[in-house]
Amino acid sequence: MSENRVRLEFAVSGDNFASAGTASEEVKSTLKKMGIPSADIRRVAIAMYEGEINMVIHAGGGVATADIYLDRIEIVLADKGKGIPDVELAMTPGWSTAPEDIRALGFGAGMGLPNMKKYTDEFSIESEVGVGTTVRMTIYFS
Amino acid sequence: MAKKSQIKCILDEKALHTVTLDPEKCRGCVTCMKRCPTEAIRVRGGKASVAYERCIGCGECIRLCRYHAKKSSHDSWDSLADFKYKIALVAPSFYGQFNNLEDINIVLNGLLAVGFDDVGEVGEAAEYVTDVTRRIMKEGSIPTPIISTACPAILELILMKYHDLSDRLLSTLAPVDVAAKLARERAVAKGVPEEDIGVYFISPCPAKVFALKMGLGVERPYVDRVLSVSDAYMRLVPAMEKLTDIKPLARMSSTGLCWGISRGEANSTNGVKTIAADGVEQCVKILEALEDGGLMDMEFIELNACVSGCVGGVMNVENPFVARSRVHYLTRKLKSEMNTIDSISKPVEWFMWEQNPRLKDVFKLDENRLAALSKLMEKEEILKTLPMVDCGLCGAPSCTAFAEDLVGGVIPRDSVCVRMQAEGLKQ
Repeated sequence: MSENRVRLEFAVSGDNFASAGTASEEVKSTLKKMGIPSADIRRVAIAMYEGEINMVIHAGGGVATADIYLDRIEIVLADKGKGIPDVELAMTPGWSTAPEDIRALGFGAGMGLPNMKKYTDEFSIESEVGVGTTVRMTIYFS
Repeated sequence: MAKKSQIKCILDEKALHTVTLDPEKCRGCVTCMKRCPTEAIRVRGGKASVAYERCIGCGECIRLCRYHAKKSSHDSWDSLADFKYKIALVAPSFYGQFNNLEDINIVLNGLLAVGFDDVGEVGEAAEYVTDVTRRIMKEGSIPTPIISTACPAILELILMKYHDLSDRLLSTLAPVDVAAKLARERAVAKGVPEEDIGVYFISPCPAKVFALKMGLGVERPYVDRVLSVSDAYMRLVPAMEKLTDIKPLARMSSTGLCWGISRGEANSTNGVKTIAADGVEQCVKILEALEDGGLMDMEFIELNACVSGCVGGVMNVENPFVARSRVHYLTRKLKSEMNTIDSISKPVEWFMWEQNPRLKDVFKLDENRLAALSKLMEKEEILKTLPMVDCGLCGAPSCTAFAEDLVGGVIPRDSVCVRMQAEGLKQ
């Protein structure tokens, strides 16, 4: 017998910044219906929202998939964007592609990917320049 | 058709409710159901029905009903006979209801003329809450951004849906409760026997009626009766016109008066980074963003379910923007120096919640997580068969809500999509 699972899938639009957060909102709502503790929902929300924003800003959109199981949620964020040349560097807290003048304004703090890793129990990222990026995250419910 | 007993029904008159329905006037249209921010309304047997455990008292359904079938629950004016010594508590938004008002003392004196023995200003009490809020922000005893708890509809929404934000809630008493405490003390000091004292609040919204009746953040309610603005307004206007002697009763400053409009509370904190959102839909967006870890650089967040703030309350008589403009005008007439808690020699604790309001779990599909997951799986399967047009014909606000009602046992298992059935018949 296969494991019980609810799959939620979202097309994340690359040209509508205002729609970012839709996937996160729906996932949060579903987890609340399951009675998942609020601290876990918060971790999911932060990771998912950061991921969604990344897809909108850097990759021209993509697909977000959330598989919800009894004990965990597995999130896959897949895009066909320009890819990340040096994943290790991109994962460094504070590293950002944003130019210095933009950063001086408080944007592009370089905490997106590090935060996604920080708030999830399992995190992996695969990227190929010119092909796209796939982020996989798992959060276990307490 | 769903059985009435399966959803908490509006006809259950004994329980305390935020809104009531006049079944004669309700035509079973889907307007209120579609716009309820917590999807608490269903149409059953051709009439709107509220699942009260989900109702936050925002009043949207009352505001939207073109047949005026929905009414806010409140006490009748006749309840003035219930106590010997009657105190009226006046909200800042109340002053915005009167045309050409030049002095808020006219309103306060008018209340004495219509039968009250004393008046209490909620705006003055709000200033003490402001003072306490500033101290809390200075000490950092509540994590920032601190979320205002002045709007009981928003507080209910957070208690229901945004549990993770509960540690950010400003744990001060509502200004109306502070005003009630102060007014009671004054009456006792005058030698009025406790049992003779009746505290009446003139409420702009059903959320405040409900919060005061239930007691939110307090061990037991401080307010005895809650009247509607329109009931008070009708009696007050003629009495105000007949006044000959206007006693200076007002103590409130412009800071307190501004609590009646959106941004009043946020500005009063002296915070550099604050948000003031109004209208329940916009408030939801702010709460969602906070939950996603956003807006963390903010110090204070004020959220009002009603557009323009309390002047937008559904029990008011005046247009929110007109009332707002009048409140603005009246601030010029008041002293600028705010009342502080030192001036009345009360400690900070006197203004704090006596108990934390309880979080609610109204959205859970099942107590058992596995059962809830199974229901969600089934819901996803059902959704694949539905047209996803959210027409509301089935009596649920959306196809998603219909699927959830099905798996949650709110409606019978053999309930079908009315729209698809109708289209099938046509073919």
